[in-house]
Amino acid sequence: MIATFGLAALWLAAALAALQLVAGFLALRLPTNPLAPVVRPVAMVQAGLVAIAFACLIALFWRTDLSVALVAANSHVAKPLLYKVAGAWGNHEGSMLLWVTIMGLSGGLVAAIERRLPEPTMLATLAAQAFVSLGFYAFLLISSNPFARLNPAPAEGNGLNPLLQDPGLAFHPPTLYVGYVGLSVAFSFAVGALLTRQVTPLFARAMRPWVLGSWIFLTLGITAGSYWAYYELGWGGWWFWDPVENASLMPWLAATALLHSVAVLAARDALRAWTVMLGVVAFAMSMVGTFLVRSGVLTSVHAFAVDPQRGSFILALLAINIGAALTIFALRAGTVSEGQRFAFVSRESALVFNNVMLTGTLGIVLLGTLYPLLAEALNAQVSVGPPYFNPATAVFVLPMLVVMGVGPLLRWRNDGLVRLRPVLILPAVVLLGVAIWLAARGVPVLSVLGIAMGTALLMIALVPIKGRRLRTVTLPLWGMVIAHFGIGVALLGAASDSAFSTEKLVAARVGQTVAVGPWLVRLDRVEPVAGPNWTALEASLSASYGGARPSKLRPQARSFWTPPQQTTESAILTRWNGQLYTVLGDEADDGRWQLRLWWKPFVTLIWLGGVLIALGGALALLGRAASEVRRREAAGKIAYRRQRQGRN
Amino acid sequence: MSTAIKPKHQRLVLVLAALAALVAAALLAAWALRNQASFFYLPAEMASKPPAADRAVRLGGMVQAGSLKTAADGVTIQFVVSDGKAQIPVSFTGITPDLFKEGSGVVADGHRRADGTFVADNLLAKHDEKYVPREMQQMTAAEARQKIEITR
Repeated sequence: MIATFGLAALWLAAALAALQLVAGFLALRLPTNPLAPVVRPVAMVQAGLVAIAFACLIALFWRTDLSVALVAANSHVAKPLLYKVAGAWGNHEGSMLLWVTIMGLSGGLVAAIERRLPEPTMLATLAAQAFVSLGFYAFLLISSNPFARLNPAPAEGNGLNPLLQDPGLAFHPPTLYVGYVGLSVAFSFAVGALLTRQVTPLFARAMRPWVLGSWIFLTLGITAGSYWAYYELGWGGWWFWDPVENASLMPWLAATALLHSVAVLAARDALRAWTVMLGVVAFAMSMVGTFLVRSGVLTSVHAFAVDPQRGSFILALLAINIGAALTIFALRAGTVSEGQRFAFVSRESALVFNNVMLTGTLGIVLLGTLYPLLAEALNAQVSVGPPYFNPATAVFVLPMLVVMGVGPLLRWRNDGLVRLRPVLILPAVVLLGVAIWLAARGVPVLSVLGIAMGTALLMIALVPIKGRRLRTVTLPLWGMVIAHFGIGVALLGAASDSAFSTEKLVAARVGQTVAVGPWLVRLDRVEPVAGPNWTALEASLSASYGGARPSKLRPQARSFWTPPQQTTESAILTRWNGQLYTVLGDEADDGRWQLRLWWKPFVTLIWLGGVLIALGGALALLGRAASEVRRREAAGKIAYRRQRQGRN
Repeated sequence: MSTAIKPKHQRLVLVLAALAALVAAALLAAWALRNQASFFYLPAEMASKPPAADRAVRLGGMVQAGSLKTAADGVTIQFVVSDGKAQIPVSFTGITPDLFKEGSGVVADGHRRADGTFVADNLLAKHDEKYVPREMQQMTAAEARQKIEITR
């Protein structure tokens, strides 16, 4: 019953998307189209219907309705409720339904609140959004129906991959999807502006909240995904340049570039064509990410479906959407008139440099991620890892960080560096001093650069608010300062982890004490424990930092039974200056236990930095939204006054 | 660029700068990929055409039954990876993946030492039926073909 209802809602939503597309484009052709007024309401109703479909799927998982094929394949009656509900999007079909739901809701939101742009541009934007959605509706309804039934219904269900039975799973995919799909709105705005030749600062201001919003979610999603990989995989690393991680990093890089070029367009009416192009590229990267992750060309915990038909479908959608957008761009870009000029030393130039370097980094990551697939087409099997990505991205990222420090201090249009000498001297001296001090200690070169630049960035990021009364600093400026500061924090954490981590791998007897960094870790005992759908061997460790009172850690080796699989549950102890990371391995023949211990000084700064970056984005978004609300109130008052005057 | 420059020229300069950066990125990527991408070897390939020592590569095959030995430190293991045609000795220090055992498949990340031993930094084993390392999928397919040919 619920399943039938959900499927009906999904079909209706798809039909409305088709109507939205046709009505929107007709309105573009004929200025007096009678269908034009329906476009906005249709977008809102479509949002409601697709939300109902998604709610139906959640209800099915909540009740573990095993007559639905998707529930039977991915859930189990014995699973904790949180994972039952989260299981609704922990699989291919459900995650694609989540995708169209977010897409529908954001389209509806644009239709409901965005009134800044000329109406034809809005209609073209909503039509473009409907075009993209329609492709995904077709994908769901033709090849990935989440509501397909099973007859007869099985008694138990298959269960969910244990690696995915983690509270992080409940939030990680929706967070990333909001980020991915938010970029589809930026894409639609870009196409709409191109179609109506309205690439203006107003367009940039309308698009900015969507870029900012999806960038915030991507930042949070990447940060959370990195921490998940760190504690769940038990390898002690936090970024593996895994294709799936890259799939989320690439849209982030494009969105970061877009965020900064939108700022130039909004404030200074320059970089028009470039901003539109980045809007297309950013969503293209979202779709490349989805293709990589969902098509099964990669085998990983993320590749739910190893089904070539689905891979081809997503690839076709990618080709159609991006091909169409690039064609429109090629036809129209020449007619977008040139923006305002700026001098070589100016804030615009710094932002252009940032954009070019981010695009270069994006190119490096994209090529490295696709290379194994290309090589496989030529019958060679290769894998690409940190030895490629670390140095190749550093070539672009390090110069960009230097300009990131200086750029916000420059004036728009035209400036000189001489003026900045007094504020730049101290960070530059610190940078050199730290670098020389570390290099003399034999720290590897990338870590030296990372720590020195991170320290200097912490200082220079605060210069824009130096000497100002903090009450008078606007929210968007706070946002920029905090986000840039966060980059410095994350960089420090990453470089400190790679430079100063110590690792100990031993086979220890019960009662034995092992030293790692400043820690003394004692293996007290190993005993079996049980959870709701697993059993485990659990080690009890007493860890004492520099002779202080010991704290307890309990790493586990877990065995799940639906489906049968083993996982390593690391135990982590966090101090202000770093983390002790412990993993329990196998039992050796002589009764000793394998233990892997890391002391990772300041590793937590990596994720703290990520959270600060997202917080900066949120403050900027809040500031922009507040000023838009004030603007509307003022405009409303003026209109009201005019009306009264007219009456008098 | 002085402020006297025409907008059209400024756009041209920007486009050229962006193109130059992208071309530089592509060249850098191509060069780095040639040097840093790690190729996948089967034991027979590694025996006939050994990669340069210290070059990062991957080795995949079956863990030969009876070959797995643990060193006195309790955390270093030695085993032999074979594909039925050649045997390569492998040494690994660390905690083995959960489904790593004799007679099942493994993919080892690492490099070949000058004495012919493969030093693994990381081992990948089958997680379960669904999540199998890429290379191993094809190995299992090749094995299945071999088995069919033998039984014929």
